[in-house]
Amino acid sequence: MESAAVPRPAVRRHHGLVRVAHWLNAILLLGMIGSGLQIYAAFSHFGIRGRPFPLPNPLDGTPLPRWGKLGGWLAGGLNWHFALAWPFVITGVVYLLFLTLSGEWRALVFRPRDLRPALQMQLYYLGLRKDHPPQGKHNALQKGAYTFIVLLGALSVLTGFAIYKPVQLSWLTSLFGGYELARYWHFVAVWVFIGFTLLHVALVFLVDPASLRAMITGWYRGRFPSHD
Amino acid sequence: MTEPLPRLSRRDLLRLGLVAGPASLVAACGWDGGPTLEPRLRAFSRINDWVSEKIFLSSSRLAPEYPVSARTPPRDFPSYSITRNDTGSFPALPASWSLEVGGLVRKPLRLTLEQLQALPRITYTVKHHCVEGWTAIGTWTGVPVSVVTQMADPRPEARFLRFDSFDSDYYNGWDLKSAMHPQTILAYGHNDRPLSILKGAPLRLYAPIKLGYKMTKYVTKMTFTAERPGGYWEDQGYPWFGGV
Repeated sequence: MESAAVPRPAVRRHHGLVRVAHWLNAILLLGMIGSGLQIYAAFSHFGIRGRPFPLPNPLDGTPLPRWGKLGGWLAGGLNWHFALAWPFVITGVVYLLFLTLSGEWRALVFRPRDLRPALQMQLYYLGLRKDHPPQGKHNALQKGAYTFIVLLGALSVLTGFAIYKPVQLSWLTSLFGGYELARYWHFVAVWVFIGFTLLHVALVFLVDPASLRAMITGWYRGRFPSHD
Repeated sequence: MTEPLPRLSRRDLLRLGLVAGPASLVAACGWDGGPTLEPRLRAFSRINDWVSEKIFLSSSRLAPEYPVSARTPPRDFPSYSITRNDTGSFPALPASWSLEVGGLVRKPLRLTLEQLQALPRITYTVKHHCVEGWTAIGTWTGVPVSVVTQMADPRPEARFLRFDSFDSDYYNGWDLKSAMHPQTILAYGHNDRPLSILKGAPLRLYAPIKLGYKMTKYVTKMTFTAERPGGYWEDQGYPWFGGV
């Protein structure tokens, strides 16, 4: 145990652009999900009319609660969705450009060599390994999570375009198995986003609360100050 | 590196609340944006109309066609009319119905159903996209809007088309680029039969490049305009372009 009297040194953790992108994205994603559920509620089934759909939807026909929807009715949901989609995509593209140009992607992208450390991290979390494995800015599991969530964002955007313009972008739509399946993947992504966010927030508070302050001020004073 | 996992402090919980509170309020209560934001969202929708027409819409790309065997059974293919929703009965066919073609044209026309059927026709089996998210497949037969347009010879200042109907006050405004698409037709046939009253008889607009609500049923009039006409649902907030 460290003595509370000795403050941990602060390390510069997140660039301002990353912090702005993070919080903007949190708000925009919430709006995209709320308006998306409003749109989904207009027809809460999948598949061509009169034909069975091969994939499961536990929420088939289930009315969604009002508090989970944004837009008031279908037209409102559509207008919110197609307005927020712009800043949502732009934020994502700017974030990815920044990661690429700054070299920050090295601390975030999960690569094959992260597989073994990821396993060690998992063992630590399960209590099967006593000491915390050494890590860089992020541990291997975090890299996996932050790589995965970017891919999920890309899937959401691409399936979104695929169901927005299924005729004009028919090549994209058929990549996802056609309009009905693209709409299904777009919907599945929502629940993965929600699951990810709940886990993400829970882990921040349970494992490394200092990372919340770091995402706001940019400075990190927590337990895992090491850097790549 | 062997510290015990920290427990949630009261301060952490407060922070969590600070983040989660406003976040949940944004999505709360099926909010439409209120009197301030809702009109701005509608205005923003015009940008998407522009992008949809100028960037996404191709004048020549055709919607894929399906085999006749892929047709959706009629009982599973929904249809509605404003009049029927309001009164329970179908819109009444005006005596001596004919299609009126007018507005900014050099040769205003009146075409009977027989005259329309004598014009070049196309038939296709395509997927119908409803704004609600459902799809269905059907066969449609009719005369391309571009053929009728050529006969009426629009003036250069004509930039939009307005389709009126005898279904209460239902109407739609179209951009000319979509209206001149080779698959945009005035349909009088559905699934190898004459169009039924359910589907908009005697004449309806059909186009697999648009959402269902853009395809005026029970058409009476086609008017070329310089100003952008609205539409029954469009005036209530639905995206004006409605292209797929």
